[in-house]
Amino acid sequence: MYAQEVKSTGSKPKSLNSMSAKEKAFQEKIDRGQRIEPKDWMPEGYRRTLLRQMGQHAHSEIVGQLPEGNWISRAPTLERKTILLAKVQDEAGHGLYLYSAAETLGKSRDEMTKELLSGRAKYSSIFNYPTLNWSDMGAVGWLVDGAAIMNQVPLQRTSYGPYARAMVRICKEESFHQRQGFDIMMKMSFGSKKQKAMAQDSLNRFWYPSLMMFGPSDSESVHSAQSMAWKIKINFNDELRQKFVDQTAPQAEYLGLTIPDEKLKWNEKTEQYDYSEPNWEEFFEVISGNGPCNTERLAARNKAWDDGEWFRDGLLANSTKNQNSQIAAE
Amino acid sequence: MSDPRIHLALRMGDNSLILAQQNSKWCGHAPTLEEDIALANVSLDLMGHAQMWLGFAAEIECEGRNADTLAFFRDTEEFRNSLLVERPNVDFATTLMRQYLFDVWHLEQLLLLSQSSDTLVAEISQKALVEVRYHRERSQSLVIRLGDGTIDSHNRMQEALNALWSYFGSFFEDSKDDELLFDLQTSPMPSSLYPSVLEQLNQDCVLSTLKTPESEFWQKGAVQGHHTENLGYILAEMQYLQRTYPNSKW
Amino acid sequence: MANELPLWEVFIRGQHGTAHRHVGSLHATDAGMAMNNARDVYTRRNEGLSIWVVPSSEIVASIPSKKGPLFDPSKDKIYRHPSFYNIPVEVKKI
Repeated sequence: MYAQEVKSTGSKPKSLNSMSAKEKAFQEKIDRGQRIEPKDWMPEGYRRTLLRQMGQHAHSEIVGQLPEGNWISRAPTLERKTILLAKVQDEAGHGLYLYSAAETLGKSRDEMTKELLSGRAKYSSIFNYPTLNWSDMGAVGWLVDGAAIMNQVPLQRTSYGPYARAMVRICKEESFHQRQGFDIMMKMSFGSKKQKAMAQDSLNRFWYPSLMMFGPSDSESVHSAQSMAWKIKINFNDELRQKFVDQTAPQAEYLGLTIPDEKLKWNEKTEQYDYSEPNWEEFFEVISGNGPCNTERLAARNKAWDDGEWFRDGLLANSTKNQNSQIAAE
Repeated sequence: MSDPRIHLALRMGDNSLILAQQNSKWCGHAPTLEEDIALANVSLDLMGHAQMWLGFAAEIECEGRNADTLAFFRDTEEFRNSLLVERPNVDFATTLMRQYLFDVWHLEQLLLLSQSSDTLVAEISQKALVEVRYHRERSQSLVIRLGDGTIDSHNRMQEALNALWSYFGSFFEDSKDDELLFDLQTSPMPSSLYPSVLEQLNQDCVLSTLKTPESEFWQKGAVQGHHTENLGYILAEMQYLQRTYPNSKW
Repeated sequence: MANELPLWEVFIRGQHGTAHRHVGSLHATDAGMAMNNARDVYTRRNEGLSIWVVPSSEIVASIPSKKGPLFDPSKDKIYRHPSFYNIPVEVKKI
């Protein structure tokens, strides 16, 4: 997902009996469905896992601006240009909301940004794939946002109050993102031969990377078990991936496009689609820096930060001057 | 003879379109997230204005075109935007200064156009005015802060102002159509805006500690479609899909 | 980080006459800039009619461990809630 492979404490969740009184009260509060708020006591592991996840989530939104931003200047109509710009702008907003939520735990946005820029913090593997034709704007909205929503909707119920509230706002704003993507896919799929070919090409390239967004199977993962006990993570990866495949396959059929998976087939018994796993070796390469666009994406963010230093410093210097002159006048 | 209002509508629409096109390339690359979002807001507003003005131009032209065909199927010599808005992004100082200079002119122009004898011109201008008042305030406040920020930010803003200055004059270039429009009380003579625009710039300079260049040697030609080299590249990029796959629905 | 732009909390009053509500935070050097940024970041969908911005450092928050003394006294004052009173069904509009 936007936060893939979030490492937690690395050990199994403790049983209630083996917890300290504080830990127990904390866990029971979560079990009752109550929210944890910034000033509440929390286990250090909870705080750290949460920061890692919110950081990854925020970084993904920010880096996620780039593949779509790539096409704003080439959007084919004024309306498409406007919609795409508004959408990529929303992603900056979502990054900002998530950094804000993380800041309630005392870690500044600049600190988190530096972790992203140095390559220490991760972001979603999906944004390391290139956008090569206009139809990719459709595929990103339809598949990538579609996959993201699967995860973000349940996160509105996550245990950490500021995170949950940020997700409520994000989900509200995201509602048009997937639709505008599908709208582009329809225009392309039902358009000229060349347009339809572009649509198929986009689906071919984005199908497996979209499945990877959910992360590898984690039903055995101790990290996921702990995160789920803390309600930082709500569903298993395979569960969401299946839901995504089941939802998307009929939509592809409607578009007259073929999902690039020969094994994809409705299973009467299980009442869900059978499908092929993505290439997990590729996933681990991409997430550790070897995807087709990792270098460009990080370079673009680093350039924005470095080139913007004078701007941020200039603003700060100005406000310091104004404060000083106010004091002098008093 | 064609309706002179087309000239005005293209001038207004093309300025907004080209500037929005250029600004939108910052999305994902601005110095702060807040600035990224704010600049995109300005671009979105300008895109809206471009659609209104170009739609208006297409309507009075009566040649079966619309805002999109005007944006995507004209060549450089048919564009009527000023030379300022087509100057390359270069860096954020240039982008901000370009925006500020445009905003000062734009607000002044819209205030006058909203009094136009032509009700449609007045209507579009009034709609745009609400947003442009904010653009003007926002870019002014940033230019003042950065002009009076660090030595570095001051120098960058001053250099940007110097580099853009002669192209800024392009807003004040009169044409035959402008004379006709002026006689009909549709729009002011472009050159008539210069004194009040300059006065506003000088007022802001007191706070920003920047200095408006003294030269009044202006780059000209935009009103006849003679642009700078960069416009060709802007259009090549913007029009690429429509040109490569004509007659497609998007 | 020493040269980080300060953090501000943003409150917005929406369309329907409700009170200002906390919507999130942002970074800005001063009140004027915080106000502009709040407008650009938090009212993109016509959400607000009025904005408050407050430096985050100026917010005084209650301490959770003192929750008891702060909020418990009001818990048993059920007479403050309308449901405390039984009104006969035949009496309307109270």
